[in-house]
Amino acid sequence: MLSLIQALGRTFLNFLGATGRIALFTAVSLSHCVRPPFYFRLIGRQMVEIGYYSLPVVGLTAIFTGMVLALQSYTGFARFSAESAIPNVVVVSITRELGPVLGGLMVAGRIGAAMAAEIGTMRVTEQIDALTTLATNPFKYLIAPRLIAGLTMLPLLTLVAISIGVFGGYLVSIYKLGFNPTTYITNTIDFLQVQDVLSGLVKAAVFGFIITLMGCYHGYHSRGGAQGVGAATTNAVVSASILILCSNYFITEIFFSR
Amino acid sequence: MSTAGTPKIEIRDLHKSFGRNRVLQGVNLTIMPGESVVIIGGSGSGKSVLLKCILGLIHPEQGSIKIDGEEITNLRGSELEAVRRKIGMLFQSAALFDSLNVWENIAFALIQGQGMAREEAQRTAMARLGDVGLRQEVATLYPAELSGGMRKRVGLARAIASQPEIIFFDEPTTGLDPIMGSVIDNLIVKCVKELGATALSITHDMASAKRISSRIAMVFEGKIIWDGSTDEIDQTDNAYVQQFINGRADGPIQMQIQDHFEGHPG
Ligand SMILES: Nc1ncnc2c1ncn2[C@@H]1O[C@H](COP(=O)(O)OP(=O)(O)OP(=O)(O)O)[C@@H](O)[C@H]1O
Ligand SMILES: [Mg+2]
Repeated sequence: MLSLIQALGRTFLNFLGATGRIALFTAVSLSHCVRPPFYFRLIGRQMVEIGYYSLPVVGLTAIFTGMVLALQSYTGFARFSAESAIPNVVVVSITRELGPVLGGLMVAGRIGAAMAAEIGTMRVTEQIDALTTLATNPFKYLIAPRLIAGLTMLPLLTLVAISIGVFGGYLVSIYKLGFNPTTYITNTIDFLQVQDVLSGLVKAAVFGFIITLMGCYHGYHSRGGAQGVGAATTNAVVSASILILCSNYFITEIFFSR
Repeated sequence: MSTAGTPKIEIRDLHKSFGRNRVLQGVNLTIMPGESVVIIGGSGSGKSVLLKCILGLIHPEQGSIKIDGEEITNLRGSELEAVRRKIGMLFQSAALFDSLNVWENIAFALIQGQGMAREEAQRTAMARLGDVGLRQEVATLYPAELSGGMRKRVGLARAIASQPEIIFFDEPTTGLDPIMGSVIDNLIVKCVKELGATALSITHDMASAKRISSRIAMVFEGKIIWDGSTDEIDQTDNAYVQQFINGRADGPIQMQIQDHFEGHPG
């Protein structure tokens, strides 16, 4: 019994410690994001890596999500003869939730893992120490460019994902379910509100920050050779995914509860 | 030892432990400007840790480190960066940036630290590449495409590229063939002479140590147990030093080795 309480206590303390470390890491990273010098070349490279090279993954995720969404809503709504609501359901769910969340999760797998592995390898092979001895701050050189790129590229990626997702729903509705193209498009556009798009983009920016932050944090603190880097990669993806799902709830609450 | 003036590096009573592993237990070492000091000592005795403490990469628990008379153990941020600009370091593992090619590695401090234009930095990097005996074609290769010895030499070129006042070499000739080893030794001597740099090197190779140093210090059990000019080391009556430089298995330094062959049936 006592050992159970001890174990619980230790877990709780570890949790507090980790939260503190992440908060400190975030504060230091952010302070380097806004203070010169800025490494524009590195920021650009990261933007291409995150924004451009994630397009296929995010696009494929989005199109199939949109398609399956139309199909599922149809089988459900046909029972109440509410098929006409399908364009609305598709566009709102894609814009508010599925675009940013699924896009974020896919990018977490792709980018978060790669960042943790790259920075982790630099840590265990003393490259971060070398950077420091060459009078270059690793936060400025490695972490700030990644955070900036994540924060700015995820909203753009999400815009693409939303468009492709809605297009997927459109394809299924027109060619499989026999909707009228013009009506479908008008319904979609009329129903969409600025707030829907805005909430989707805010979510994407937050997710982009979370993904790159977790990748950098776990990579930066990895130790113990290849095994340590492997653990850092796993932790980066898992923690980013969970934080995405949690923060998604709270952002939704801020935007849509009244 | 030179007499007047502020020491370039002054270490007093430095302590560092990793958990229960007490690595440095009161190191004292004074290095005057222009000196070339070699640290010798068994594997795992804390030589690399000592260098990393001076660079501020590892924080000691206790003790003082002064560079040009300035205490650096409590410096932070840009003040510490200013101190680091004076120092070039060759890591034991070379620690090249594998996202940059060879010349970008060598020119890193010039481009990032001094804001030199890329073309000029590249020209300087090519000259350093020649100094360490590498062909110009190597410049555009990436670290993963180099042999271990080549990596070491690129690391050396990177350490001296910004012409620092203080240079640390962590095992500069390990992994090189004997001829290249001498070339590198000569290069280190040249850096010290021509740049007027102060050098602190770690090596296990006594021949190389004698070529590059004016003074040798030996680390054992977390302390400097012997410190004297290079010419004196062969005449010393210190049993530890004698055992080390002659590489004998028996003597006061006991290696912790278990005999695994005992008891195995033949
Ligand atoms: N980051 C670290 N974390 C924990 N222990 C460390 C760390 N760095 C070094 N050590 C320990 O400190 C001791 C000294 O290590 P160091 O690398 O300084 O040895 P060394 O004298 O350079 O040996 P070698 O000649 O083999 O390079 C070792 O016992 C090592 O296990
Ligand atoms: Mg070492």
